[in-house]
Amino acid sequence: MKERIEALGLSASQELNNAQSLQEIEALRVKYLGKKGELTAILKQMGSLSAEERPVMGQLANAVRAQIEEVIETRAKELKEAEIEKKLIEESIDVTMPGTPRSVGHKHPLSIVLDEVKDIFLGMGFKISTGPEIEWDEYNFEALNIPQDHPARDTQDTFYLSENKLLRSQTSPVQVRVMEQQEPPIRIIAPGRVYRSDSVDATHSPLFHQIEGLVVDKGITMGTLKGNLADFAKKLYGEDTKIRIRPHHFQFTEPSCEVDVTCFRCHGEGCPMCKGEGFIEILGAGMVHPNVLRRGGIDPEEYSGYAFGMGLERLVMFRFNIDDIRLFYENDLRFLKQF
Amino acid sequence: MKLSRKWLSDYITLNVTDREFAHAMTMSGSKVEGYEKEGAELTGIVVGQILTLERHPDSDHLWVCKVDVGQAEPLQIVTGAQNLKEGDIVPVALDNSVVSGGKKIKKGKLRGVESCGMLCSLEELDLSIHDFPYAVEDGIFVLGDDCDKTLGMDIKQAIGYDDTIVEFEITSNRPDCLSVTGLAREASATFGVPFKMPEPKVSAKEGNVSELLKVRIDAPEKCYRYVGAVVKNVKIEPSPRWMRERLRASGVRPINNIVDITNFVMLELGQPMHAFDLRYLDEGQVIVRNANAGETITTLDGIERSLSPEMLVIADANKPVAVAGVMGGEYSGIKDDTTTIVFESACFNGASVRRTAKKLGLRTEASARFEKELDPNNCLMSLLRALELVEQLGAGEVVNGVVDAYPSVKTQTKLPFRPDYINEFIGIDCSREQQIKYLNSLEIEVKDDEIIVPTFRGDLQQQADIAEEVARLYGYENIPDKPLEGVAGGYLTEYQHFLEDTNNLMLSLGLSEIITYSFISPKAYDKINLPENSKKRNSIKILNPLGEDTSVMRTTALPGILQVLAHNYKNRNPEAAVYEMATEYEPWESDDELATETPKLILGLYGADSDYYVLKGIVDEYLNKIGIKSMDIRPVKDNPSYHPGRTAEIIVADRSVCILGEIHPKVLSNFEIGTRAYVAEIDLNSVYELRSTEKIYKPLPKFPSLKRDIAVVCDRSTPVLQLQRAIESAIGKNLESVKLFDVYQGEQIERDKKSVAFSLTLRASDRTLTDEEADSAVKKALKALAELGAVLR
Repeated sequence: MKERIEALGLSASQELNNAQSLQEIEALRVKYLGKKGELTAILKQMGSLSAEERPVMGQLANAVRAQIEEVIETRAKELKEAEIEKKLIEESIDVTMPGTPRSVGHKHPLSIVLDEVKDIFLGMGFKISTGPEIEWDEYNFEALNIPQDHPARDTQDTFYLSENKLLRSQTSPVQVRVMEQQEPPIRIIAPGRVYRSDSVDATHSPLFHQIEGLVVDKGITMGTLKGNLADFAKKLYGEDTKIRIRPHHFQFTEPSCEVDVTCFRCHGEGCPMCKGEGFIEILGAGMVHPNVLRRGGIDPEEYSGYAFGMGLERLVMFRFNIDDIRLFYENDLRFLKQF
Repeated sequence: MKLSRKWLSDYITLNVTDREFAHAMTMSGSKVEGYEKEGAELTGIVVGQILTLERHPDSDHLWVCKVDVGQAEPLQIVTGAQNLKEGDIVPVALDNSVVSGGKKIKKGKLRGVESCGMLCSLEELDLSIHDFPYAVEDGIFVLGDDCDKTLGMDIKQAIGYDDTIVEFEITSNRPDCLSVTGLAREASATFGVPFKMPEPKVSAKEGNVSELLKVRIDAPEKCYRYVGAVVKNVKIEPSPRWMRERLRASGVRPINNIVDITNFVMLELGQPMHAFDLRYLDEGQVIVRNANAGETITTLDGIERSLSPEMLVIADANKPVAVAGVMGGEYSGIKDDTTTIVFESACFNGASVRRTAKKLGLRTEASARFEKELDPNNCLMSLLRALELVEQLGAGEVVNGVVDAYPSVKTQTKLPFRPDYINEFIGIDCSREQQIKYLNSLEIEVKDDEIIVPTFRGDLQQQADIAEEVARLYGYENIPDKPLEGVAGGYLTEYQHFLEDTNNLMLSLGLSEIITYSFISPKAYDKINLPENSKKRNSIKILNPLGEDTSVMRTTALPGILQVLAHNYKNRNPEAAVYEMATEYEPWESDDELATETPKLILGLYGADSDYYVLKGIVDEYLNKIGIKSMDIRPVKDNPSYHPGRTAEIIVADRSVCILGEIHPKVLSNFEIGTRAYVAEIDLNSVYELRSTEKIYKPLPKFPSLKRDIAVVCDRSTPVLQLQRAIESAIGKNLESVKLFDVYQGEQIERDKKSVAFSLTLRASDRTLTDEEADSAVKKALKALAELGAVLR
C-alpha cells in the first residue's frame, strides 16, 4: 500500500506539472483527491490494515494529499499568471486613437470677457445691478442731464417705443435706478444690452452690450477714478498695462474723460491696430454730474462719485482679434467653438 | 470741425509740430481725431513756364512744349491741352512724380516724341474750379497773379496748397470751439501762448441803416437777438485766394464773395450768418415770429416746405423769408444781379431750432450750431467782422450803422471761487494762484472770491464745471492715482448665482451659448406657425425701426434659436447643441407701466446624436441639479410650433415651467432646417422660485439591497411614467429606485401592445430584506400594474 500511495503522489505531481490549463488541473484534482478519486479510493481500503499500519499509512496518505494540493496550488497559480499575461497581450489596443468625445459646451466670447470683468469688479467690492432694457425716456436721458431737444441726444440714435418709452441706448439709466434705491456707499457695475439705431456693418450693431460702473461715497475724487480704472486695466490686460486719460464730455459726468489702455498688440510702441498711437480707447468715464446725484436723491456737497461705461463688443473684438461684430449674433458654431 | 493750421496762425503763434499740436490739444480737452497735410500724395510737381509750343509732327491735337522748370535746360513735354500759349505759368509733374489719385508720372514717348513729364490740370492737383475760379474747366491750370510764379518752386507752396488740416471732435457742450478763434483760445491756454480776439473795424460813413431796415422780434423766448446791416452796390465776384484757401481747408466750397464772407465769419467766430437781397424784403421789414398755420416757404435747396406754428421764421411784412436758424428762402436769396443785401447775425433758442430742423428733416451747418445754444453777445462782433470783410474785399458799400434788436441782454454767470473744493474734488493740490492762472487763460475772470464766466461759455454753470477747467489744464495725467478705499462686499445675489449655475450646467451638459437679437420681424410669428389670434403676436413695436426684420420686440425666444439652428444647418455644421438666456418682452398694459421682461432659458439641438430623449435627459438633469425635486410631465398636443406627438410640458407645483419637444415639420421647413430639431423653453423665474437649494445628508445604506426585474405588457398608449408611479406607490418606502430598461414593440407581442421592463432596487434602511419580502413587494407592484392593464409578460 505504501508503494501505491507513493507512486500515486509521484504520478499526480507529474501529471499536474504537465497540465496546461486550469480545467486540466481541476480534472486531476478530482481524479486524485475527489470523493471518487484515487487517493480517496486507497484510503477507503485503510480498514483492512492492521492497527499498527493504519496510522503510518494514514500519515503517509495525508502527506501525499498535502503534497498534491501544494502542487495543484503552485501549478494553478503559474497557469493563472500565464493566462493573465496572455490576456493582457491579447487585449492591447491602439492607445493613439482619438478618445471618445465627452464635450462640454462653449461659452460665448462676449460672456467670457464679461465674466472676467465681473470677477475683477466683484473682487474690488462691487455688486452687480441690472435695469430694464425697455426704459423711460426720463431715465435714459432726462435724469442723466440730457433734456428733451438737447443736441447730446444726437450721439445716441435711439429706438422709440412710445412717446416716453424707448429701448435704452446706454446702461447709464441703471445708475439713476441704483441711486434711487440705495444709500451711499455705492459700488456697482451694470452690464447689459443697449440699443441704437445704427445700421449693421462690420463695426456697428443695433444691439450691443455695455458695462456701466458707479461708485458714490464720501471723498471720491478724479484720483480715485484714475486709480480704480488703472487697477481694472491691469487686472484685465496684465500688470504692465498703463492707462491714459483724456478730457472729454458726457452730459452726466463732470469732469468727463475717455480712458485709453496701452495697445494689447504693441504694448505702447505704436502699430496698425492702435493706428500708431500706442493706446486704444476702451471706456468713457467721469465724476458723476451734481445734477445726476441730486436727481438720484444724493447731496453733491456731501458725496461725490464716479461713473464709467464701456462697450463689451469692443473689448472682446480687441481681445480675440475679431474683425466683424456680426459674428457675435450669427452664432455660427465654427465661430463659437473657437472659444 | 476741420481746423486749418495756417488760419490758426493768424491769431496765435505756435512753434510745435502737427503731432505735438494734436497731442497737446487732445490732452487739454479738444480731441483731435486726426490731421493731414493738404496734397500729401502730390510729389515732384513744380512751377514751370511754357517757352515754346509747337504742333506734334504726327498728331493734330497734341502739342510739344519746351518748359522752363528752373533747371539749366528746359524740359520737352507733350500735352493734349488746348488752352496754352507761350509764356503761361503751369504746374509741371516731373519724371517720377505723383499726381492726384496716386498716379505716377514717368518719362516716356508720345507718338514717337519724348515727353519728360506732364502738365497738370486742377483735377490732377486734387483741386477744382471752385479753388481757382479763373482756371479753365477742362484744361491745364494756368497760374494767375495770386500764385507765386517762381520757376521750379514746389506747386503746393506756390498755390497755397500746403496747409495742415486738423480734425477735431467738438462735443455738444462747446459750440464756442466750432470756430477758429475758439480753438485759438484753447490753444492759447494749452500752450501758454497769448491770443487776443481781433476787433473788427468798419469805416462806413454813407447813409443810415435804420432808413432801410426795421427789425422786430415777436417771439423773444425763441430769438434772443437779431442784428442786421445793409450793404449797397454789391459786386458779386469770386473771393480772393486767401479766403478761398481758408474755406477749402475748412471743408467749405468757395462760392462767391458774399456767400464766402458769411461762411468765413461762421468758421472764424462760430456765428452763423445769413444774407438776403433787400429787394425781396417787403417794406424793408424783418419780423422774427412764429410761422402761421398753413404758411409755406421754398428754402434755398429749392424744396417747398410747410411750416407749423411752433416754428420760428424770419419774415418780411408779408411772408416768411427764412426758417430761423435753419435755412434761408430761395426767393430772397443772393442772385447774380443782387445789388443791396441785408446781413443777418442772430441768436435763437437751441431747442426750438433743433425741433424745427428735425421736423423739417433739414439739418444744416447753421442749425447744428444754433441747437447747441450760441452766445447772443457774439452776434454784433460777427456782423461787424462781415462788414469789415466786405470793405476789405471791395464787395460793396456798407451803410452806416446796424439794427440791433436785443430784448434781454445775456449777462455773465458768476460763481463762488472755491479752490479748496476743486482740489478736494479732483484729488490734487493746486495753489489758488495757479488755478486762477488756468482760468484766466480761458478768459474766465476771478475777482476776489468770485468767478466771472464769459457768456460764450454757457457750459460753465456749477462748481464741477469749473473743476473740470482746472483739471484739464492741470493735466488729467498729473492727477495722482488713488486706490478705492473702504470696505464693501462684492458678491453675487442668490438670483445671480442661480443664473451663473444655469450657465455652467448648460455648458457642462455640452450646450454652447448663443446670443441673439431682442427684436425680430413680425413675420417670425408666421414662421413659428402661431395662429392669427395668438396673444404672442401682440408685441411691442419699435416706432423707428431699421427695417422690418428688427421691428418688434420678441414675445418668444423661439424664432431666434431656430434662426441660429437654421444658420448652422445651412452652413453644414453637422450637429448643433445651443442655449440662450433670452429675455422675452411683453407689452405694457397701461401707459404708466414699462414692459414685462421675462428671462427664458431656451435650448436647441439637431444632428445625429439628438432626439427627444436626449433633450429630455438634458432638461431633467438641469432641473434636478438646479434644485427641482419633483415634477410631473404631460404630453402637449396643441402647441402649433411643436410636433403634436413628441412634445411635453413639465409641471412643478402646478406650474408649467418648461415646454420641450420636437419642432413641427412645417416650422422646420419655414426655417429651411432640413433635419429634425428639438427645443426646450424653460421659464427661469418659475424654476428659481420653485427650486430648493436645501441639501440634507442621508446616511449611506447599512443593509444590502435586492434587485428584481419585471416586464409587463400593456397598451401602447399607456405612459411609462404612469406605470412607474404605480410601482412606486404600490411598494412604498422599501423601493429605492425603479428604472426603465427596455421598451419593446414588435412581432413577439400583440399589435397594439408594448412590453415595458423595469429594474427595481429594494432596500430597507433598518434590516436586511429577505427574498420573501422582495417577492411580495414585486407582487404588490404587479397587482397595481394589472389595474392599469399591464400584465406580467
